Amino acid sequence: MNLQNILSEIEKVDGDALARIEHMSRRSIFQNLLKKTVAGAGAAAFAGVLNKTYAQTSSVADVLNYALTLEYLEAEFYNLSLAASGLIPAGARTYYEQIAKHENAHVALLKSALGSAAVPKPTFDFTAGGAFATVFTNVDTNYALAQAFEDTGVRAYKGQATNLMSAPAILTIALQIHSVEARHAARIRYIRGNRGWITNAEATGLPQAIYSGEENVTQGGVNLVSALGMSAARVSEAFDEPLGMTEVFAIAGPFIKSLNR
Amino acid sequence: MATVEGLSGKASAALGRRVFMRYIGATAAAGVALSACHSELVDPTATGSARPGDAIDLGDIGSKDVNVLNYAYALEQLEAAFYTQAVMTPYSGITDAERQILTEIRDHEIIHRDLFKTALASAAIPGLTPDFSSINFSSRASVLGTARVFENIGVSAYNGAGQYIRTPDYLVLAGKIVSVEARHASIIATLLEPMSALFAGDQIIFPASGLEETRNPEEVLAIVRPYVKEFLNGRNGRR
Repeated sequence: MNLQNILSEIEKVDGDALARIEHMSRRSIFQNLLKKTVAGAGAAAFAGVLNKTYAQTSSVADVLNYALTLEYLEAEFYNLSLAASGLIPAGARTYYEQIAKHENAHVALLKSALGSAAVPKPTFDFTAGGAFATVFTNVDTNYALAQAFEDTGVRAYKGQATNLMSAPAILTIALQIHSVEARHAARIRYIRGNRGWITNAEATGLPQAIYSGEENVTQGGVNLVSALGMSAARVSEAFDEPLGMTEVFAIAGPFIKSLNR
Repeated sequence: MATVEGLSGKASAALGRRVFMRYIGATAAAGVALSACHSELVDPTATGSARPGDAIDLGDIGSKDVNVLNYAYALEQLEAAFYTQAVMTPYSGITDAERQILTEIRDHEIIHRDLFKTALASAAIPGLTPDFSSINFSSRASVLGTARVFENIGVSAYNGAGQYIRTPDYLVLAGKIVSVEARHASIIATLLEPMSALFAGDQIIFPASGLEETRNPEEVLAIVRPYVKEFLNGRNGRR
């Protein structure tokens, strides 16, 4: 893979986007990526991604393609939601448009970073085979899925942080996306009349798998309820829990009709 | 006076009024009835309390994990103290819902603070002395505006420090916390401007990339300097 060609391609796609990433240069991003053999990753790597568990280490390219897949899903979801006539009320359009802007920017950024190794956009079914038939006709269903995608996205990024420790510039990008998704999640939760944070494993009417594990009150080997004398509700809220790729694909899988590999 | 939620009698018994007084700061001058407040809201560290004017060296955050943890501990101390004050002396016109939100955030920050204190043990920096004299705790705009600044700074600090953490378990822990701080930031911004994009605004998230800003320790410590009476010194890591 020719580094200079990659850099020229990035300039064509969106020179501004990468130039505004704080504290890192294009060169450092790709030096780190190349260390993880991006060349030839493509389809085989992504198929392998689906079978990897949290316990296994994923390559940086695998992690970026995993993130890209989730961002494709979120971007498409918000783009379609905003395009659905009469669905999102005028007041909420401001939040949805801001969120959509970010998700689309994330897609563009991750595609640029991966270059020819980027996976194509999957074909999605946001009804999940009819389970959420009114996703684009009923605003409450729409808000529910928005919350599901955002809270899952936060946990998904969090679950990959340690896989990026060998590539500090990429880890930083992941953290910079992760906090944005958490802001989205809190805002959508608030629209639905929920707390911005996750209490115990309360599913707020969504599939329980999304919140499984969030009831955890032991951090760093210490049960913080007994150690600090704080309630389980507050302790569980104070920390968001990671999810591994397997768990995330179990949640997101029903919404993916085809990976288009 | 708002009741203290989530703290046990055991926690309250451990704390003295002298330390409590430090956290009251300017509010005492405003004539708040201190006797009605519970002294369990403040918490001296295992290694003691610092005194105003002390210099506290956080070190180079890239050189060892204890430095990153102490950096996070310092910021969580300030946040916990701020929300403790905000809940004890609520702003005029606070609604029940807002009071509940600030109380829960306060509890989260106390939990974060005490987790770092526990993890650091004898390596922890001392308890800091907040300086909230520039904040008008009776003003909704001042309290929520300051909360927004603290939360945004905290997120940018965690995002900037993550790459320097060497122990995977500590990175996971920092990751678990930073998203909660981002949730706090989002909700506080929503209380300030319910109908806007401030929850995830262009001022802090570059529109072209969708990336939230990061800050290095020297920048963060300069920003929080007005809010702490000790001199916190830290150096950026190198990567």
